[in-house]
Amino acid sequence: MTTLTTSSSPGVGDALDARRPRRRGPRASGSWLAALPLLAFVALAFGLPAVAMVDGAFTVNGSYGLGNLDQSVHGAYRTALLGSLKLAATTAGIGSVLGLLLAQAVVTSRGRALREAVLTASGVLANFGGVPLAFAFVATLGNAGVLTTRLGLDRHGWSLYSFWGLTLTYLYFLVPLMVLTVAPALDGLRPQWREAALNSGAGAWQYWRHVGIPVLLPTLLGGFVLLFGSAFAAYATAAAMVGSSIPLVTLQIADALSGNVLIGQENVALALSLDMVLVAALVMAVHLPLQRRSARWLA
Amino acid sequence: MARLIPAGVRPWRGVVLGAAGLYFLVPLLAALVFTVDVPNQGFTLDSYTQIFSADGFTTALLLSLGLGLTTVALALLLTLPAALAVRLSGSGRLRAVLEVVCTLPLVVPPVALVAGIGTVLKWGPDHLASTPLYETFVAVQDPEFPIVLVLAYVVMALPFVYRSLEAGLRAVDVRTLVEAARDLGASWPRAIVSVVLPNLRTALLNASFLALALVLGEFTVAQLLGFQPFAVWIVQASGSNAQLSVAVSLLSLVLTWVLLLVLTAVFRTRAARSARAPRPAKNRSDKNKKEAGA
Repeated sequence: MTTLTTSSSPGVGDALDARRPRRRGPRASGSWLAALPLLAFVALAFGLPAVAMVDGAFTVNGSYGLGNLDQSVHGAYRTALLGSLKLAATTAGIGSVLGLLLAQAVVTSRGRALREAVLTASGVLANFGGVPLAFAFVATLGNAGVLTTRLGLDRHGWSLYSFWGLTLTYLYFLVPLMVLTVAPALDGLRPQWREAALNSGAGAWQYWRHVGIPVLLPTLLGGFVLLFGSAFAAYATAAAMVGSSIPLVTLQIADALSGNVLIGQENVALALSLDMVLVAALVMAVHLPLQRRSARWLA
Repeated sequence: MARLIPAGVRPWRGVVLGAAGLYFLVPLLAALVFTVDVPNQGFTLDSYTQIFSADGFTTALLLSLGLGLTTVALALLLTLPAALAVRLSGSGRLRAVLEVVCTLPLVVPPVALVAGIGTVLKWGPDHLASTPLYETFVAVQDPEFPIVLVLAYVVMALPFVYRSLEAGLRAVDVRTLVEAARDLGASWPRAIVSVVLPNLRTALLNASFLALALVLGEFTVAQLLGFQPFAVWIVQASGSNAQLSVAVSLLSLVLTWVLLLVLTAVFRTRAARSARAPRPAKNRSDKNKKEAGA
């Protein structure tokens, strides 16, 4: 959304820069001075923990080694990593499709009020992760939940505290996130493109196949990895809802950090954190270029 | 926004909207029923009336609000000068550095960040016990007001705050504004405070709201470092009174909703008053109109 706002006046200042090269000397150093507090803060509050994490992840019994990282991809930790990846891929896949459908339904509707309502609600619900979400679902579909008891769902083998229960819960904030991501892109599909395609004899399917989907693809992929990253990193919802009954990497890290399993697993927790950072970095490496690409097409 | 929709496509829209409405409303309504229809008691509003007298509620809420406001203030104080400097100097290198610095926190999930922070905090007793730095380590972990949480939250909010300020700054020609103000005799601080900041009101509000919402709902870092702001309290309370914690969860959602609606209303009035519409959707339709006319 932020990238799209910028298209309204693509760098009034940029044009000025080109026209009058200014006295760069004092200005430039002054500007670095203004950014110095921020950079110093990030170095302290972000850089230091990051260094500590990497350092700890590679420290085995006081000397450097790969033991922790090795341990973090085997046994129960491996199960947890795979569990998180599976959950993230499943929820991101379903969330992307449903989000796209919902966004298209809203964008093509005539009613301005409906559109505003859905987009505003999406803004709220996309941030409605965490503890309140977990409790809303426990109250609805948990063991003593309103729907579970009234409809007798437990007799049919339903349990919220399972992979699919967690999936259903995660979708509650992932679908709105996808709606927010993809709605501006759907708006950007110019009616003229469609008219041009239809006038040239293309059917609706051909329009989507050759125009709609290719233009939307970067946004869709970017949205998918964004959802994947959110689901992969989520902790609060799962922790408040299922405890550690489902193997997830975030729950494993939390357990190891608080010494719940074995004393002395802190460094394995750091190695697991490093694994997570690698996955998240991969996600961002895919997402950011795609975001830029979709912004270019739809500007 | 006239769009050519083949008549046959209509029904699927109703199905999608209906299913979505059901999925998103049912948990909220069910949670409401859960709080007012207690087994063996029938209809009761007890869950809501006993919230304020619940053990630790006020302390936790005040702690969260305090953390939230401090985070917003610190995040803006750090980001605003940097973002302004990029705009005013036009330095490409500074912009690139800030862009990277403010994206990095997205790469480290909160659980991983807290693992790192926990490790650093352990250095205190392990290595620094005999140095004056130790006092600092103790001070930032004061359970009354854990500064270490503010540090973590500012890091986590940084990407959103910076982007929102950046977008706001791009929509205004800051340099011309500042030069005009300076030519008219305003001092630097006055030019910033009374000329630039009012133009950034929407972006500032947006950034503040995002940061505040993030802190008020934050659970991961606080719980794993052993502090008890609002979200951690809810989970703790759920052990003894499930109805109460669901009621508080619902209230916190309503609160967020109201905050956002207020913010949207502010956007709207601003959009109506100024020709430059800050909402992307509006820009787009204007542009489409222009192109259609051309």
